[in-house]
Amino acid sequence: MDFLYSPWPWYIAGPLIGITVPLLLLMGNKQLGVSSTLRQICAACIPSNVQLFQYDWKKDSWNLLFVGGILIGGFLGGIVFANPDAVAISPSTIAYLKSFGLNDPRGLMPAELFNWSSLASLKGFLLMIAGGFLVGFGTRYARGCTSGHGILGLSALQWPSLLATASFFIGGILFSHYVLPYILSL
Amino acid sequence: MKNIKYLVVGIFFGFVLTKGEAISWYRIQEMFHFESFHMFGIFMTAIPTGAICLLIIRKFNIRTFDHQPIEMPRKEYHHGIIPGSLIFGFGWALTGACPGPLYAQIGAGYTVTIVTLMAAILGTWTYGKIQTYLP
Repeated sequence: MDFLYSPWPWYIAGPLIGITVPLLLLMGNKQLGVSSTLRQICAACIPSNVQLFQYDWKKDSWNLLFVGGILIGGFLGGIVFANPDAVAISPSTIAYLKSFGLNDPRGLMPAELFNWSSLASLKGFLLMIAGGFLVGFGTRYARGCTSGHGILGLSALQWPSLLATASFFIGGILFSHYVLPYILSL
Repeated sequence: MKNIKYLVVGIFFGFVLTKGEAISWYRIQEMFHFESFHMFGIFMTAIPTGAICLLIIRKFNIRTFDHQPIEMPRKEYHHGIIPGSLIFGFGWALTGACPGPLYAQIGAGYTVTIVTLMAAILGTWTYGKIQTYLP
């Protein structure tokens, strides 16, 4: 049962993520995609006459169950079968993050940055609230995220998804190198 | 509830994301600094796996479990792809999470991610509100 507790190498996790694409299609012509659920939640809870949210969200309610499952999967993988050791990132990344005063990694997320009390600080506000806003705004503007474009779209050899995925990475690399250091130094 | 099977696939997907550490803020920073092959390895095996399965489905005209023809995914180009994707990339670097991992992080005990998720919902809502003014 050790494999349930230990982290999985990329050559196990990657193919299993890829398998989700045909699995959803075979089960009922469903297309992998998570950012659509953010739109679903808007349509269900705060449609407020916005055209983007005027549709029958109940018809696509399968994806709300899907993300509910992701949450349970996170609970099983991150708590029930939690890896007792911290995520084994490269020593150079650890050294880099330490230069901003971060501790050695414990668990999957730096608790000193992502916690309820840091929400009130400028650093926490930028990392969680501004960051989350950009994720939600950008994915809808791009009509998809890492799963819909990056995994499904690229699996289906769709060139717009290649453009999207390349832009995800360009945006991420730029911010991680040139903006995040200023936020971490706050 | 015939849709309950999607909950099961979601559990599988969330578990794999978590065990593969794709929901880790540390892993995302490491990836953007090209300091490990891990995340790239995940993408470089997930995509060909999906592609080969789609190829097999198309080649043998495989149908869904309830015998419907399978509709191949199509992604159309539109003007939001590049600016939207860049904006998402900015957020990805800050939160260390794309939308899937947001849900998984909450489940994995990082409860404050609920706030990040609510901010993402607000971001999507704001996009809907100002959509007509954007290119």
